[in-house]
Amino acid sequence: MSSAEPPLIEFVDVARSYGEGTAKVYALVGVSLSITKGEFVAIMGPSGSGKSTTMNIIGCLDAPTSGKYYFRGVDVGALSRDQRALLRRHYIGFVFQGFNLLARTSALENVELPLIYRGVPRKERRGLALAALEKVGLAGFESHNPGQLSGGQQQRVAIARAVVTRPSLLVADEPTGNLDTARSHEIMQLMTSLNREEGITILMVTHEPDMAEYASRTITFVDGHVAADQRVAA
Amino acid sequence: MLEETIRLALMAIRRNALRSLLTLLGVVIGVGSVIAMVTIGNGTTAQVQEQISSLGTNLLFLRPGQGMGPRRTSAPDFSLADAEAIRNQIAGLSAVAPTASTSVNVVAGNESWSTTVTGTSNDYFTARDWPLQDGRLFLDSEVRAGRAVCIIGTTIGKELFAGRDPLGEKIRIGAVPCTVIGLLETRGRSNFGDDQDDTVVMPLRTVQRRLAGNTDVDSIMLSAQEGVDTGMIQRDVTLLMRERRNIKAGLDDNFHVGDMAQIVSTMTGTTKMMTGLLAAVAGVSLLVGGIGILNIMLVSVTERTREIGIRLAIGAQEKQVLLQFLVEAVVLSLFGGLIGVLLGLGLSALASLALGTPLVLDITIVLLAFAVSVAIGVVFGYVPARRAAHLDPIDALRHE
Repeated sequence: MSSAEPPLIEFVDVARSYGEGTAKVYALVGVSLSITKGEFVAIMGPSGSGKSTTMNIIGCLDAPTSGKYYFRGVDVGALSRDQRALLRRHYIGFVFQGFNLLARTSALENVELPLIYRGVPRKERRGLALAALEKVGLAGFESHNPGQLSGGQQQRVAIARAVVTRPSLLVADEPTGNLDTARSHEIMQLMTSLNREEGITILMVTHEPDMAEYASRTITFVDGHVAADQRVAA
Repeated sequence: MLEETIRLALMAIRRNALRSLLTLLGVVIGVGSVIAMVTIGNGTTAQVQEQISSLGTNLLFLRPGQGMGPRRTSAPDFSLADAEAIRNQIAGLSAVAPTASTSVNVVAGNESWSTTVTGTSNDYFTARDWPLQDGRLFLDSEVRAGRAVCIIGTTIGKELFAGRDPLGEKIRIGAVPCTVIGLLETRGRSNFGDDQDDTVVMPLRTVQRRLAGNTDVDSIMLSAQEGVDTGMIQRDVTLLMRERRNIKAGLDDNFHVGDMAQIVSTMTGTTKMMTGLLAAVAGVSLLVGGIGILNIMLVSVTERTREIGIRLAIGAQEKQVLLQFLVEAVVLSLFGGLIGVLLGLGLSALASLALGTPLVLDITIVLLAFAVSVAIGVVFGYVPARRAAHLDPIDALRHE
């Protein structure tokens, strides 16, 4: 790691607390870590260990209360809400446990959504969205609403939505939490191929060791700090 | 982006069709009633003006007693000499018509009809600006001699002659046989609801001598020449009559000089005030409609918290979420306004048919109601939209 390029993600003594005074609770206490481009990182840990908080901060949905978080060398803590929205718009894709697709909206329109906010013209948008759906194996399902799709298919639509903008970072919050084992492995294989073929850095929160095995690195949180950080030799 | 936002708003409205419709209803009723009230009010005002001015706006009338109320018995009637004095001493008059009226039965063949007969001169038709549709006016000799001739309104013609030409026919007025020499044009109902065409006009002397049996003059109609101030004539006539009736200084008049122009302005003032009042009440319902939008948009924001969270997560900025919900509210109220305008115009058309008033379309009130409905969308949509824009994406995504 001698490259001059800064790591994609760098935490320097990050803490995140909620509440004030005696009710003050620390979700993260002095976490320092860095993730470089192209890594596939699984974040594990029991409930309340701070893994979700870490994910929210890395995803620029939240900011540290103290310490520094640099995303692509940018100090995220110093940005406004709208500036963080722009970071998310241009560099980050999200996949959630509950899929979080817009109801009564076709798969194609769901995938187009991030492109709308990017101001991509309609025709180009359509083409990109169709290509993304094809990449996740859902060609032919463009006009289906989420209600007409299985859980696995919905999560594929969500992944298509997350990667249609070719983000640097894909943040996945328990992406297989609502799926059966077979579907879960399919989703993990899809994510692995996105990581390998598209070079998208992936940060995945999970509590299933089976799923974490797909990652190249596993960071385990306990009580708001990093308890273990293991890399798997490729 | 705005085009996209409008498209998204339309989608959201369509997704919740029933709820959107119910929300619209408030604005629809508000805008519709404002337009209907104002249009109907304007129509009524126009009708009042038309009816009163059909009597002649330069018309003045002199009656015994005070004010326009029931006649006081203590006030003496006028005489033909009063009318002559006015004609000779007051400048600026185009007609002076002394009249004496009485209720009679008129009979022709087997048909009988109860009506009012007015004895007067040809000036009566000038003063009331009421031409004949057929026949002729009284001859001077007929007026002087009090001949048994009459000019009838179209209602009398219809009732006694059932559409046959009444000219030259004999009718019996009270006990007086009389020849019909003229037929008046149809006037319709007066502003006070009575049928103006239900009338028989005879020379004054004929009525005085052969029907009333006295020489009284109930009232004198005066018509001011074009451009002459009726107020001035009113003052002059009052002075003259006080003198002729020997009313001492400090005592009240025992007669009244009415001015049609005054009545016109009073009555149109009244209808205009009523219109304003009704429009204000309708305006309140528009406000209620706005609160309906506020309510439904707040519900919508709560219900769509997750959607807002998704939008924020994938990079929507506050102003974009704000715009989305604001556009939704405005599109809703705009639809409401549009339907309301159509409803209001429809109601106005129905009302004008039912009431027989003219349909006076005021495009400014239509535009205004439309603008107000859009403004209501912005004003009442802003709070919910701001709430949506300020949601924390993490909380919003977690929202069930």
